[in-house]
Amino acid sequence: MKSLAELQALRDEMKGKIGIRHDEKDNIRIVVGMATCGIAAGARPVLQALTEEVEKRKLDNVTIAQTGCIGICQYEPVVEIYEGNKDKVTYVKMTPEKMVRIINDHIVNGNIINEFVIGNNAK
Amino acid sequence: MEDISLNVLDIAENSVRAKATLIGIKIHENRQEDYLSISISDNGCGMSSEQVNAVTDPFYTTRTTRKVGLGVPFFKMAAEMSGGSFRINSVLNEGTAVRADFGLSHVDRMPLGDMPATMVTLIQCNPEIDFLYTHQLDEEDFVLDTREIREILEGVPLNEPKVAIFLKSYLDEQISRLYQDNPDISPT
Repeated sequence: MKSLAELQALRDEMKGKIGIRHDEKDNIRIVVGMATCGIAAGARPVLQALTEEVEKRKLDNVTIAQTGCIGICQYEPVVEIYEGNKDKVTYVKMTPEKMVRIINDHIVNGNIINEFVIGNNAK
Repeated sequence: MEDISLNVLDIAENSVRAKATLIGIKIHENRQEDYLSISISDNGCGMSSEQVNAVTDPFYTTRTTRKVGLGVPFFKMAAEMSGGSFRINSVLNEGTAVRADFGLSHVDRMPLGDMPATMVTLIQCNPEIDFLYTHQLDEEDFVLDTREIREILEGVPLNEPKVAIFLKSYLDEQISRLYQDNPDISPT
């Protein structure tokens, strides 16, 4: 059974790490669309898969955030990747499985998965 | 939306956009009286009475990217389809309260869904906002207050992946325990 006492242990483990700052150019921001369209299309499990994979791979330089309606509702769930000075990458029709692949291929290994990018999915 | 927990997530996002600092979400499942009531209340910017009337119209929205705002209309429709009711109360500069009541055993009542996933999504994506979550089953309840979590964490942000993952397991366990410890004794 989990208890809030376990949270204290987590706090102690995390406190030491908070002070470490990352170089601005290292930081990667991953944004998940969480408006009505995104939620209806399945954004919540995508966010959960993202969180679990980031934790599993210990990616300290990744920030996870949400956004509202981007205006491309038919392509939801949508995930945008912001990395330093690079162009924003917009992945569409996301699923938890695709999210895990993107973390591994794109975030960890630097290879954008073109198949999932908006440009290649336009109707 | 496939289930109530996704509607709750959607409506609570409105509270976030209204710049609320405290959002209360209450689920009350009353098996004796056969209802499932959902409340989402906030201390955000509130709405005028004209806006309150307009908000249930699917063609009314404050966003500029699209001409429809479906969140509230969807939730209202879901409640009414199950023989329930829906209302919104709001006061400008004070906040808004959304209440949806569902007929618990009604054949068209959509499932409650994964409330832990909804709560963790809200907490993780809005680490500066406080959430008070109450899940009541008949007379017993479980409460999660992020102010208490914040105190324990002593500065560790609520959007740390480890914290989000912990909270999901914690909520899953506490809520199943609530149901396991309180088997249904209402007459069929």
